[in-house]
Amino acid sequence: MKFVDEFRNADVARELSKKIEQTMAHIGRPVCLMEVCGTHTMSIYRHGIKTILPSSIKLLSGPGCPVCVTPNSYLDQAIAFSRLDDVIVTTFGDMLNVPGSSATLAGERAAGHDIRTVYSPLDALALAQRNPDKKVIFLAVGFETTSPTIAGTLLESQELTISNFFVSCAHKLIPPAMMLLVKDPELQIDGFICPAHVSAIIGSDAYEFLARDYGIPCVITGFEPLDILQGIWMLLQQILNTRPRVETQYSRVVKQKGNTTALRLLAEVFEKTDAAWRGLGIVPESGLSLAKGYKRFDAGSVFQIACEEEHEHPGCLCGEVIKGKREPETCGLFRTVCTPLAPVGPCMVSPEGTCAAHYKYGTD
Amino acid sequence: MCLAFPMKIINKDGHSATVEAGGVSREISLRLLEDAGVGDYVLVHAGFAIETIDEHEAQETLKLMEQIALLQEDDEIR
Repeated sequence: MKFVDEFRNADVARELSKKIEQTMAHIGRPVCLMEVCGTHTMSIYRHGIKTILPSSIKLLSGPGCPVCVTPNSYLDQAIAFSRLDDVIVTTFGDMLNVPGSSATLAGERAAGHDIRTVYSPLDALALAQRNPDKKVIFLAVGFETTSPTIAGTLLESQELTISNFFVSCAHKLIPPAMMLLVKDPELQIDGFICPAHVSAIIGSDAYEFLARDYGIPCVITGFEPLDILQGIWMLLQQILNTRPRVETQYSRVVKQKGNTTALRLLAEVFEKTDAAWRGLGIVPESGLSLAKGYKRFDAGSVFQIACEEEHEHPGCLCGEVIKGKREPETCGLFRTVCTPLAPVGPCMVSPEGTCAAHYKYGTD
Repeated sequence: MCLAFPMKIINKDGHSATVEAGGVSREISLRLLEDAGVGDYVLVHAGFAIETIDEHEAQETLKLMEQIALLQEDDEIR
């Protein structure tokens, strides 16, 4: 078993889609489900899942693309770091073309600043080890899937006594953002397709409050097409029977308590903090900053830089798209001024961004 | 950004392991998954194994999908 092809069987997909249609007939009203994670968004488009669902199911893309929810001020700071002498800025590839207030990391690299794409934060640490005369800053962006890898890298850095490695931390937490969306009276979400790999770390218990306190059905769902169809079917059963709870479709990976080793490392290296999200504003206790014993890694404290005043394109609707309130097609910039080759907002840059998905795969 | 790939551990050395999938192999860290061993399938994200994949559960999920496909209309509206 390779855990990929088995979950892409077209015959089973057709059957599941029929069952979804039958369940919708019993529900008898339109249903709005939000896939919180950008990786789900891309999988839904790539596999044409919307084309085999009844039109009465509306799938909304949520705030689960880390690049998309990172505010301009973070990019501006990263760009300012890259202009310092003897500094190498390292980043996941997604961030390179995201526009800051007036520049991008890719543009800065073309102008001669030392900015490098890495696959793993461990690669950035190895770069620091190989270049003791340079200061290496890693742009630590991502949700609970990614933040434990930064925690692991910082522990490794300590063990290897590497003193020229730093991180600029913008990690965010998914459950507080979901709570904010549930409380928004403009959004009527009937159920959450909960993230697969974030949940591998935080476990299914982390969503219990959504079902218990807000009556929202939640199904933790894998990223393969059959996973997504089964997850939708499970959500519809909960809606039909008005029995909101947290279920795990992706049981081959996700446990009730998550990855306890990863959670222990997160608690050791980081502490919760209020965080700025594009579109959502400041969300209480929705981010991670370095804990007391790890402040020496904090690039923001170590390097004194002046950032330009934050500026966003006045026509960009990324903030509304992230909340699921607007479709990309309703943005005046979409497909005209804003394209993957010349993106204005982050949702067009990231391969997981809603605008990029609509641009590449078309709309409903 | 939350993509992770199922890969098989083919060698383990303390905190590190060699994983393989489709003829591609690479070194990863097992710091987040210390108990994983040779022969296990793990999800690899940004150079770290983040969780083991449970083959028995995967088979059960596939079986459940087949059962859903065989459901009669009356069964599912209970």
